Amino acid sequence: MSDPAPGRVLPAWSLPAGSAESLELPTAWPGRVTREWAWGDSTGKGVRVCILDSGVERGHPLVGELEGAVAVEVGEDDEVTVVEDAEGDLCGHGTACAGIVRSIAPDCTLFSVRVLGAGFTGSGTALLGGLRWAVEQGFQVINMSLSTTKSQFAGMLHEVADAAYFRRTVLVASAHNMPVESYPWRFSSVISVGSHEEPDPLTYFYNPNPPVEFFARGVDVEVAWLGGARARSTGNSFATPHMSGICALVLGQHPELTPFQLKSTLYLTASNVEGAGG
Amino acid sequence: MADDRLKAAVAAGVLASEEANRQLLQATVEVARGIFSARASSVFLYDETTDELVFEAVAGEGSETLIGQRIPSSTGIAGWVLVTRQPIVLEDVTQDPRWGGHEIAERSGYIPRGLMAVPLLHGEDPVGVLNVLDRPQEARFSLEEMELLGLFANQAAISLDLLRRARRAKAVLEDGDTDAVALARLAARLEALEDPRRKAGVELLNALELLFR
Repeated sequence: MSDPAPGRVLPAWSLPAGSAESLELPTAWPGRVTREWAWGDSTGKGVRVCILDSGVERGHPLVGELEGAVAVEVGEDDEVTVVEDAEGDLCGHGTACAGIVRSIAPDCTLFSVRVLGAGFTGSGTALLGGLRWAVEQGFQVINMSLSTTKSQFAGMLHEVADAAYFRRTVLVASAHNMPVESYPWRFSSVISVGSHEEPDPLTYFYNPNPPVEFFARGVDVEVAWLGGARARSTGNSFATPHMSGICALVLGQHPELTPFQLKSTLYLTASNVEGAGG
Repeated sequence: MADDRLKAAVAAGVLASEEANRQLLQATVEVARGIFSARASSVFLYDETTDELVFEAVAGEGSETLIGQRIPSSTGIAGWVLVTRQPIVLEDVTQDPRWGGHEIAERSGYIPRGLMAVPLLHGEDPVGVLNVLDRPQEARFSLEEMELLGLFANQAAISLDLLRRARRAKAVLEDGDTDAVALARLAARLEALEDPRRKAGVELLNALELLFR
């Protein structure tokens, strides 16, 4: 096999001799990864975060403005359509998640994809359709404080989660704190999150005993709620947007990171990893 | 007459079972209210035929007005919990008219300041949602309590599933066109026959059983 011509597009699954230079990384990876390196004074500026949930209340003091909001509708024959969302938040949960991301990454861009409202029977289809749409839009971070137990969706969700991983879209998904099989948080291509009880929003732990990979703040969290209100809340679904916010900080500082590199950075800067430097 | 007697006997069993399971579910919400020192507790049943959540049992505030009321399956906090299978705890919700978006507040006029809601799962299917409303404000929620809530939800899910099954059995009995009812009628007629016709009937049924084996 001859040396490749400069600029020639190589198949991604092989590396001919002498072409290792083409794999030069855009960022020099430091000998010791610290939080200072990972996000420094990043505010998440330039990072697009999608809240896949019950909708988000626009203009809530803890949320601010949205880049946009759509709703996923499920028709007869399980046909999925994505339309402009005029209803906002049907429950309060999506607003709470958006507010948490905003509190950590104040300058990131927030986008709401509402997958609630199609009835229970259409909920798995709406979740899958909404996730697929969000991955196609190229958001850097998708916050999924939800999952499905319907095994019929597992295979398709797995494919979408892998597609997102290779397209540099990070899925941050809530783990279950009940002993049930559910998806997509169990897939290794996503960042799965459970709760810890510490009060610091930037304290997070790497879990060496998966499937849950990280624990973030999820107990007694002050959140945004419907009608400009606030509430204190507990659950893995509130730990997840903490990790999404931290992902936005890191990607604001290092936009070129792949999901693999981002997850490695989160591991190296976790509160229980020696040398985290913060 | 014998036909009616058999149906009545089966119906008595089914009805008793529905009533016992309803009492079990009621006891479950009473205990939930007790262990969390809450002002109220309730269970929604998910009705697949209409894609709605139905108030099935309530202890404490709102118990008189709520039973049997229905809400769409994917709105409000209960809808979110049903769809996402994620438990949620909310406290100190600012008093705001739009917090009326909570189902119980809308239906009974009782506005809770906080709630815990947990999905009731039977295998991979959610069968309903358990709510616990207004725990004492001074008690900070812990992950240990979340686990307790999860364990308790397993028990409540079994109660709800038993009730659902008893209702299905009753519906089968009331629907005169089903195969099960035809069999019940046949058994009743056989029971009413005198020998030797009865004996011949039993032999015929035994032969049929062998044939279908």
